[in-house]
Amino acid sequence: MEIWQIVGLALTVSVLGMVLKQVRPEIALQMTILAGVVIFLLVISKVKVIIDLLQNLAGQANVSSYYLLIIFKIVGVAYLAEFGAAICRDAGEGALAAKVELAAKVGVLVLAIPIITAILESLVRLLAWGD
Amino acid sequence: MGLDMVLKVAGVGLVVAIMAIMLEQTGKKEQATFVTLAGVVVVLYIVIEGVSQVFSLVRSVFQLY
Repeated sequence: MEIWQIVGLALTVSVLGMVLKQVRPEIALQMTILAGVVIFLLVISKVKVIIDLLQNLAGQANVSSYYLLIIFKIVGVAYLAEFGAAICRDAGEGALAAKVELAAKVGVLVLAIPIITAILESLVRLLAWGD
Repeated sequence: MGLDMVLKVAGVGLVVAIMAIMLEQTGKKEQATFVTLAGVVVVLYIVIEGVSQVFSLVRSVFQLY
């Protein structure tokens, strides 16, 4: 990922989209989707480095990798939902975008259930200790 | 996968637009519709390939299974 590549790609797609939107709006939308895909592919190699770093740090700090994995899953779900919702909104389907976001919120909450349970359990244990 | 793919889609879009305009000028409205539909399908094929690549990459990077 180099930042000038991404900026150049985005500017090119913006200009081409401007032209294409007047004659073929449906293909202009698909070009926007493809540009998002390409930008993500350029970025993902760096994201992998960050994730490896976090896993390394968690391993050194003896944090259970189970919880870290849940965090990664939540980030992935949030990213995918954001991607889909933004494209739906670009296409003028605001209601559909809102539904995608709702689904992502539910999914994140479901993924977070083990963490919430663990926090509540430790809280209860802490309170019981005080008696 | 890269800028060439986006440019391919843009090129398909422009060619389809020009062909549709020419066909409509010569009074072949239904053929213009077919050309448009074919263009959309071709572009959708390219886009879906890219999107599936991204989805599998997201699943492997964020360990979403």
